[in-house]
Amino acid sequence: MNNIKPDHQLIIEGAGCASCVGKIEGALKGTNGVVSAEMNFADRTVQVTGTVKTEELIKAVESIGYNAKPIDDSSEIDTLDEKEAADWKYYKKLIRDTFIALSLGVPLMIYGIVVGEMTVETNLERMSWLVVGILTFGVMYFSGKHFYVGAWKSFKNHSANMDTLIALGTGTAWIYSIAFVLAPDAVPLMARHVYFEATAMIIGLINLGLALELKARGKTSEAIKRLIGLQTKTATVVRDSKEVQIGIEQVLLNDVVKVKPGGKIPVDGIVLEGHTSIDESMLTGEPMPVEKAKEDEVVAGTLNKSGMILFRATRVGKDTALAQIINMVKRAQNSKPPIGRLADVISAYFVPVVMIISILSALAWLNFGPEPAIAFAIVSATTVLIIACPCALGLATPMSVMVGVGKAAEAGVLIRNGEALQTASKITSMILDKTGTITEGTPKVTNIVLAKATDEKEVLQLAASLESGSEHPLAQAIVESALDQDIELLKIESFNAITGFGVEATCNNKTLLFGNDKLMKIKGIDLTGFVGKAQSLAKEAKTPMYFAVNGELAAIIAVADPIKSDSISSIKRLQTNGIRVIMLTGDNKDTAAAVAKKAGISEFFAEVLPEDKANKVKELQDSGETVGMTGDGINDAPALALADVGFAIGTGTDVAIESADITLMRGSLHGLADAIAVSKATLRNIKQNLFGAFVYNVAGIPFAAGILYPFFGILLSPVIAGAAMAFSSLTVVSNANRLRLFKAKEH
Amino acid sequence: MLINLLGLVLIALIVWWFWLYKPNKTIVQNREVLIEVKDGVYSPSSIQVSASQPVTLKFMRKDQSPCAETILIPSLDISEQLKLNEITQITLLNLSPGEHEFHCQMQMYRGVLKVI
Repeated sequence: MNNIKPDHQLIIEGAGCASCVGKIEGALKGTNGVVSAEMNFADRTVQVTGTVKTEELIKAVESIGYNAKPIDDSSEIDTLDEKEAADWKYYKKLIRDTFIALSLGVPLMIYGIVVGEMTVETNLERMSWLVVGILTFGVMYFSGKHFYVGAWKSFKNHSANMDTLIALGTGTAWIYSIAFVLAPDAVPLMARHVYFEATAMIIGLINLGLALELKARGKTSEAIKRLIGLQTKTATVVRDSKEVQIGIEQVLLNDVVKVKPGGKIPVDGIVLEGHTSIDESMLTGEPMPVEKAKEDEVVAGTLNKSGMILFRATRVGKDTALAQIINMVKRAQNSKPPIGRLADVISAYFVPVVMIISILSALAWLNFGPEPAIAFAIVSATTVLIIACPCALGLATPMSVMVGVGKAAEAGVLIRNGEALQTASKITSMILDKTGTITEGTPKVTNIVLAKATDEKEVLQLAASLESGSEHPLAQAIVESALDQDIELLKIESFNAITGFGVEATCNNKTLLFGNDKLMKIKGIDLTGFVGKAQSLAKEAKTPMYFAVNGELAAIIAVADPIKSDSISSIKRLQTNGIRVIMLTGDNKDTAAAVAKKAGISEFFAEVLPEDKANKVKELQDSGETVGMTGDGINDAPALALADVGFAIGTGTDVAIESADITLMRGSLHGLADAIAVSKATLRNIKQNLFGAFVYNVAGIPFAAGILYPFFGILLSPVIAGAAMAFSSLTVVSNANRLRLFKAKEH
Repeated sequence: MLINLLGLVLIALIVWWFWLYKPNKTIVQNREVLIEVKDGVYSPSSIQVSASQPVTLKFMRKDQSPCAETILIPSLDISEQLKLNEITQITLLNLSPGEHEFHCQMQMYRGVLKVI
C-alpha cells in the first residue's frame, strides 16, 4: 500500500455482487487519464488516481448501469478542526506581532513619561532618535506589514478599510517624526516632537485587540460547533449479512445501520428491529428521552440510550435533519436584521469620511491652533484616523445575531433569518392553531351517543370505514378507535370530502354522511333533540360530530384532543410578556370556548375554514397588530406565510417547513416563548452594540480632533486612540458574547 | 494658504478616488470567475456577467483574518463561509439584470456583481 491520496474517491450505488467490482474497475481504467482504479466492495467505494475529471468517471460508471457520486471526505468536523487550527495559528501570529511592537512601544512611552519631552535638539538626540526610528520601521514591517499591504491593495481597488486608517495614522506619525530627525531645520524647535512610540504602541495595541477579538469570536460560534459536533464520523452498516464500519459520508440510502446502546445515530432512518429510548434533547431541547420501536423515525445526531437497534437509512449526507439544521442556523447567523442596515450604509462611506475629517482637523489646527501648530495638526490628524473604528460598527449587528440565533437553536428554536429574529421581538398578538398546537393533536373517541342506530359497534364500523378515506386528525381518531376494538373496515365508494364540513360516501348501498351541524343542515338531516346533547359534549371540550345513514341521524360521535401538559403555563408566559394570545380553530364554538377556557385564552375564533385562517391574520394586521401565527406548517402554510412571523411546530425534528420564519423543533409552546425571549434579548444586545459603536465614533472623533483643547487644554494622545480603537471592537464582540449567558425562563 | 489648498485638493482626490471613480469591470466570459480574497480586497471586485447564463463565483480565501471568513450577497440571500486556502464555489442561476453587492460581515471587503 502506498500513502498517496487518490485523486478521486467515488461511492458506487447499485453494485450488488462481487462480480460488479471487475466491471466497474474495468470501465474506470478504460477512461482516458486514469492510472489506477481500485474498488472496495465492502464499503462500495472506489479509489481512482489519474488526471481526469470526476464527471468523466461518473459517466463511465453510469455507462455500465451503476450510479456513482464523489465522496466529500472533508466532513464538517474536519473543517471545523481545520478552522480552529488556522485560527490558533493566526492568534499566535497576532500575539507575536503584539509582543514585538509593545517591546519597543512600552519602553519608549515610559521614557516619554519619565524623562519628559521626546524632542530633537542635539546631534546625540538626533542619532538616538534615528536608531529608534529605524527600530520603529522594523516594528512596522514585522508586526504591521499586513496593515500596510491591506491598505495599499484597498487603495488600488478604490476602497478603504480599517487597514487604511491604521496605515495612514501610524504612517503619518512615523514619516513626520523621521522627517525632522533627518532634517531638523525643516520644522521649528518646539515642533520637533517624535511620535515613534505612538506608531509602535498603536500597532501593538491593535494587534492585541485583533487577537483578543479572534478569541472572543470563537465563542460566538459555540452553538454551531456544538451542532456540528453531534455528527459522528463513522457508522456500522450491515451489507451482505456482514457488519462494516464505514465513514459517515459512505452511508447510502436504504443501508441497514446498526447502533448500539450509548452510540450516536449516524443518519436519519426508520427503525427495522429493536426497541430503545433515544435522547433527542440536543436537537429539540426536550429533556425526556423518546421511546423508539419498529417503524419509528430516528434522527442523526441523537443518542441511543438503552437498546440496540437496526434501522433503514432514509436521509443521508446533506439531507439529514441535522445537516439541514446546521445549514439553516449557519445561514441565519450570517443574515442581517433590518436594524443593521443603517450601520451597513454608514460603514460603506465611513473610512473616506474619516480621512476627510482628519484633513479638516489638521487644517483647522494649522490655521487657528497655537504653536507648534504643525505638531498639533499631526497629532490631531493621526488621532482622528486611529480612533475611528468602522469595525465596531460593522460587527455590532452580526456578532449579536450569531450568538442569538445559536442560542435559539440550543433551545430547539430554528430562526430562518435576521428579519424574522427582529420581527419576533415586536410581536403584539400571537395566533395559536388549536389542534396539534395547543392540544396534543392526537384526538381519541370519547362518546358515541346513539340516535336512530342501535348498535355502537356498527356505528363505529361504518363511521370508521367512511373516515378511512380522510386525512383529518379527527377522522384518524375514529379509525384508530375501530381498529383498537378489532372492528373490520368496510369498502366504501363515492368518497367525497367537503372541506370545512365533513365527508360523504356510500357503503353496502348505504349513504353515509359525517361532519358538523352545517353539513347536516345542508343535507337536510333532522337533528331535533340532539343539538343540546352535542352542545353539552362541546362544553366538556370535546368535538361532537354528527353521523347520518341514509338521510337520518344515526349517532353523535364525540372526540377529544387533550391539551398539552405545558400549554397552559407557556400561554401564561406569553400573556405575562404582554402578548395578546388568540386561538384559531375549525372546531365549533362550544368546543373552542371550552378548550380556550382550559388553556387560559380569552379570545378565540371558531369554525374557521382552513382558507380563512390567513384572513384572520390579515384582519389583525389591519388593526395595527404585529402578528405571530403558530401552526403545524402544512395545513396552516398560507396563514404562516402571511403572518409577520410564522412559527411552525415541527413534528420531532422535521425542519423542512418552508413557510415558517421560525421552527420549533419540540411540540411545547414554551419554544414559542423562548423564541420571543431570545429575539428580544438579541435585539436589545444589537441596540447596545450599535449605540456603543455610534456613540464611540461620533464622540471619539471630535475628541481626537481636539474639540476639548480650546476649553480645557486637552488633546488626546494617538496612543490612547489606538487603545480605544483596539478595544472598541473587542467590547462589541464581548457584549454579544454576554448573550450566551441568556436563559429563557419557564414559569 | 498653500497648505489649505493642498488639503482641499486632497479631499477632492479622496472623494473622486473612493466614490466617483468607476473601476473597470471584469467581464465573465466562460461562466466562472476566480476571486482572490486577500489583504482586505476581493480581486477582482467589480464583475460583470450576462443575465442569460449561470455563473460560478469561485472565492479563494488567502487571508487568515476572520473578517475574510464570510461572504454575503444580501440581495440574493446568500451567505457562505470561505475556507482558508481553498476554493468555495457559489453558483448563481437565473440572475436578473441589476447590481448585487457582495461583502464580508463588516463590509470591509466589498465587491459588486453587475448583471446585464
